[in-house]
Amino acid sequence: MAVLTVSVVSADQEIWSGEASQLIARTTEGEIGILPGHEPLLAILAQGEVRVTTTDGKNVTATADNGFLSVEHNTVTVVASTAELV
Amino acid sequence: MGAQLRVYRQKISSAKTTKKITRAMELISASRIQKAKQRVAASGPYSRAVTRAVSAVATFSNVDHVLTTEPETIDRAAVVIFSSDRGLAGAFNTNVLREAGELAARLEAEGKEVVYYLVGRKSAAYFAFRKRDAEQIWTGGTDSPEFEVAKEIGDAVVSKFLQPASEGGVDEIHIVYNRLVSMLLQVPEVVRLLPLEIVEGVEAPEESEILPLYEFEPEVDKVLDALLPVYIESRIFNAMLQSAAAKHAATQKAMKSASDNADKLINDYTRLANNARQSEITQQISEIVGGADALSSAK
Repeated sequence: MAVLTVSVVSADQEIWSGEASQLIARTTEGEIGILPGHEPLLAILAQGEVRVTTTDGKNVTATADNGFLSVEHNTVTVVASTAELV
Repeated sequence: MGAQLRVYRQKISSAKTTKKITRAMELISASRIQKAKQRVAASGPYSRAVTRAVSAVATFSNVDHVLTTEPETIDRAAVVIFSSDRGLAGAFNTNVLREAGELAARLEAEGKEVVYYLVGRKSAAYFAFRKRDAEQIWTGGTDSPEFEVAKEIGDAVVSKFLQPASEGGVDEIHIVYNRLVSMLLQVPEVVRLLPLEIVEGVEAPEESEILPLYEFEPEVDKVLDALLPVYIESRIFNAMLQSAAAKHAATQKAMKSASDNADKLINDYTRLANNARQSEITQQISEIVGGADALSSAK
């Protein structure tokens, strides 16, 4: 099964990266869930949490302010000027 | 004769003190450069991600936006110069200021008015000495740049960029900074940030490849509006980090050659002092011998 390669980066460092089966984020339009095979997307994130379900079933949660989300060929990048793991 | 010897000894001790200082500065830079390089590396993923997103928008959408379209006439250009707060770094600041000067001359030759934004005390002093005006100056903290400052600079230039030229806005943004190529080589670089010139990190899509159709949330315009300041901030922050790392490398190099020179001076003066001491002794002996001869012949 295809997996998502996710990386969460803030301005001064990479917060988290790894493989995931699902990612949920809050964009300015509302919550969005990303599964493998999602179409290319560029979205602005609203203040809130980004929840990642890793391939081994764990949950990783990060806060992201002033950020955006890009999806391309199963590669998901969450970019925020300030982001941290919860 | 003792006077000559004393002069040499003074010079030796002064060279030794200087050497202690330069050696200490060399070591300090050597330890800081590692950290500075790590910070450049750590900020890499962010600027890569932002650049890729901007490239994606620029490549895969055909919207007209200030970010991607070249204005017809460019009346005013902003130049952001990244210098350091302190000197003692060889040609570090001279290089970046000369590069900025050349850029400004080129822009003025094209009939554009140049507006300066300065980062670092050295460029501020350079402009103050020549009584040239700068739009805005940021000093302090060039050794370990903060993202907040990059944000401030970004906000300042982007708000100018979004203003129409008739109201004092700028149509172009250039940055000039020192890039760390290696520990021994730092080159001043000029990059035009806006309008977007080169699309980095994305290969031109091949003919056979079907372009991915990007979905934007909310609309393309809004995404671009949000992306523009983020992109500028990340480029500026990257330039600040690069410049800080390059400054440490330049200081280390300059201080190393200063320490080596001090060594050479100490060596040379020690030789001269030895010579002076020896000739003093020789003269004393010949005086004594001469005196003894005179005494014995007088009897």
